Amino acid sequence: MFENLTLLQLQQYWWIIISLLGGLFAFIMFVQGGQTLLGRLSKGDETLKTMLINSLGRKWELGFTTLVLFGGALFAAFPLFYSTSFGGAYWVWMAILFCFIIQAVSYEFRKKANNFLGQKVYELFLFINGSVGVILLGIAIATFFSGSSFSVDTNNFSHWHGSYRGLEAASNIFNLSLGFALFFLVRISGALYFINNIDNETIKQRAIRSIKIDMLFFLFFFLIFLYLLLSKSGFAYDNNGLVYYQEYKYLYNFVEMPIVLGMFLIGLLMVIIAVFMTIHFNKTCCIKTAGVGIVLTVMALFLNVGLNGTSYYPSFYDIQSSLTIQNSSGSHYTLTTMSYVSLIVPFVLAYITYAWYQMDKVKITKDEMENSHTHKY
Amino acid sequence: MEAHLVDWSRAQFALTAIYHWLFVPLTLGLGFIIAFMETIYVKTGDEFWKKTTKFWMGLFAINFAIGVATGLIMEFEFGTNWANYSWFVGDIFGAPLAIEGLLAFFMESTFFAVMFFGWDKVSKKFHLLSTWLVAIGSNLSALWILVANGWMQYPVGVKFNPDTVRNEMNNFWDVILSPVAITKFLHTISSGYIMASLFVVGVSAWFLLKKRETKFAKKSMIVGATFGLITSIFILLTGDESAHQVALKQPVKLAAMEGLYEGKEKAGITGIGILNPKKNLNNDEESYLFEINAPYALSFLAFHDIDSFVPGLKDLVYGNEKYGIESVKSKMLKGKIAIDALKEYKEAKKSGDMVSQLTSKSILEKNMKYFGYGHLKKPEDVVPPVAITFYSFHTMVALGTWFFLLFVLILFFSIKREISKYKLLLIFSIVSIPLGYIASEAGWIVAEVGRQPWAIQNLMPVGIAVTDISSTSVQATFFLFAVLFTLLLVAEIKIMLKQISLGFEGGH
Repeated sequence: MFENLTLLQLQQYWWIIISLLGGLFAFIMFVQGGQTLLGRLSKGDETLKTMLINSLGRKWELGFTTLVLFGGALFAAFPLFYSTSFGGAYWVWMAILFCFIIQAVSYEFRKKANNFLGQKVYELFLFINGSVGVILLGIAIATFFSGSSFSVDTNNFSHWHGSYRGLEAASNIFNLSLGFALFFLVRISGALYFINNIDNETIKQRAIRSIKIDMLFFLFFFLIFLYLLLSKSGFAYDNNGLVYYQEYKYLYNFVEMPIVLGMFLIGLLMVIIAVFMTIHFNKTCCIKTAGVGIVLTVMALFLNVGLNGTSYYPSFYDIQSSLTIQNSSGSHYTLTTMSYVSLIVPFVLAYITYAWYQMDKVKITKDEMENSHTHKY
Repeated sequence: MEAHLVDWSRAQFALTAIYHWLFVPLTLGLGFIIAFMETIYVKTGDEFWKKTTKFWMGLFAINFAIGVATGLIMEFEFGTNWANYSWFVGDIFGAPLAIEGLLAFFMESTFFAVMFFGWDKVSKKFHLLSTWLVAIGSNLSALWILVANGWMQYPVGVKFNPDTVRNEMNNFWDVILSPVAITKFLHTISSGYIMASLFVVGVSAWFLLKKRETKFAKKSMIVGATFGLITSIFILLTGDESAHQVALKQPVKLAAMEGLYEGKEKAGITGIGILNPKKNLNNDEESYLFEINAPYALSFLAFHDIDSFVPGLKDLVYGNEKYGIESVKSKMLKGKIAIDALKEYKEAKKSGDMVSQLTSKSILEKNMKYFGYGHLKKPEDVVPPVAITFYSFHTMVALGTWFFLLFVLILFFSIKREISKYKLLLIFSIVSIPLGYIASEAGWIVAEVGRQPWAIQNLMPVGIAVTDISSTSVQATFFLFAVLFTLLLVAEIKIMLKQISLGFEGGH
């Protein structure tokens, strides 16, 4: 089946999968968003905090796993990106990794007796992961559009030309705007998740108040990002692989790929509807609408930057070193093999959904946190 | 690349791998032990087994979280610290990593939540299935990462593409069914099972010494020791096959494991020995200061023939005509020919000279298997640190033998006698927990230090594989990781000890 596809078709297929994983990861980051809301929603009430942490704690591994899969899929499908970006933007990625290591242990260790660093430290870890980690991820993803300072030699070995090894990306308004937009977006999805997953009126009302504020910030940063994106020149390439600047490239990409534009607009609309329904109609199920919206929006952004003859990882040091899905991908054989493996994705999604459904049939309550003898965070 | 950078990058990867491997073996084995216990609970309906399962599950969770965290670092370190390697082999190495994420890690993490929080939310059978799926998922995860590691030790199923300057996969089945990968997987997971068995036996022994939770401790001990004994027998077989594969595919590693400088027929194996620190490739000093040797054993272990010739480091570095062993110098020449041919190929391609292109491609293909040797500075570079490899190997084997004996004794005294009366045995059981970690880490050191200087056996030395970055950056992250991992390790140990001391009822 996949053997008959051309290399370009396989590369496009894999970029679509990467985009989907990116979208799913952005959605799953409601865990990170929720982590930044612990203080605001619990206001020092330990029981409420325990409810919030246990609600998130039952999902944190999925985010971690999606990040691992996102990295693994990029490594397999687009190894030149893997070697260029991770090796080049060293400090950004290292900082992101640090933010994720400290998350992994925090849920399990926080409340355990004799936990050495103390409960507050683990809660700080969760906050750092949810704030610094997410903003840095947003910045790293923004470089897909704004580019980085690297070159690729004739052996396809990459060399970085900025002494800050990726940290310089944090001084760019465009990158920062996406970083902050993502930060406020995951806070919104975190609050929507709490409303859906926890049966507690206090948390619900506080979450709604939080969404109102975060939505304003999200729109502010996202509109800046969108304006800068749609008005900027992009990195296009021709049939010979020659990369060149093209004015309004990303705007044209949306126009020339109406399905992608449709995904983007529908996705955004779904997020707005989810927020509106939660605030005005007290709905508790809007994480689902917002979730689909986030996946569609983020996926559309990835598709915009990777398809339609666009370099998805541009170099502003040496424009011809810019990475495209064609010059950075795995071989036809590897992409074909991996494509067969990708057929398992629907089954994986199905069992995740089933397990999630089974676990969330009964919402988290104060009573469960205070009286149950099951494993708790 | 500066040597300093390579050393720091190696040190950082070694640090991460060693820390990661402190947590993984317990996860691999304890997952199954918990699944066995829960199966007994579901079959019998006896609440005692539910409580027992929950106790061990609590310890499993504490360990699992930190294993996951250090594992994430390892995946991304291939890119951050070994960028050239990532491109050179990404076409092949990325695939097992991606499959690991999709097939195994998702299974593990999805059902992890059900296993811990689903006791009162899902049916008994679905819960049991989740526990089994967590255990299977973590072991499948190990399978894929060890397939990738096995490929680095024995690169098969690939062809070098001069246009992309990388190795490209041409046979997926060769990669995953590589004898090195399969042996490595079986040997490694069984070491994890032994580690977990030692943990269960040791913790149970502590309860018995304290005269607490005796029923729980005795039953857990029997489950742990049975699992440990079975896997100890299995690890003997996989260890034998592993050594055989090393002899065939990485003879320099085998020679280092045995401190063997001069090749021998009917070679004996060193049971116990102290290497002579003055010995090197170019002098005639004795190899050992002290040695107890089992005749013929090395020849048998390596080639399953007591008369066979086992090459020593000198034979492998300087060549041995009698046994048809090519010198490293000759391989280096061929490697340089391959590297030059690649350059000529690229130039010919650029200028559109088809004839030169075909000629250089043919020369490259003929010499490709020596490609990595072309980057070496001197023949002696192929020799890994002998002392570390030798002592790690012998530590692993000696401790493995002790663990087998311990499980036999534990089972005998548990079934035939009143084990709580045998305090010395109980103390040995507790002491064997750290020994298990030492054996397990020693195994990794043999595998990884023993294959130096190769990132990819014969194809890419670590000096070429490393990211072009300042060594200061790598040094800084090395210390940051060292501090962070150490803090987390201390936290884990303290929490574990406390949870154990809380006992059967209070441990969750």
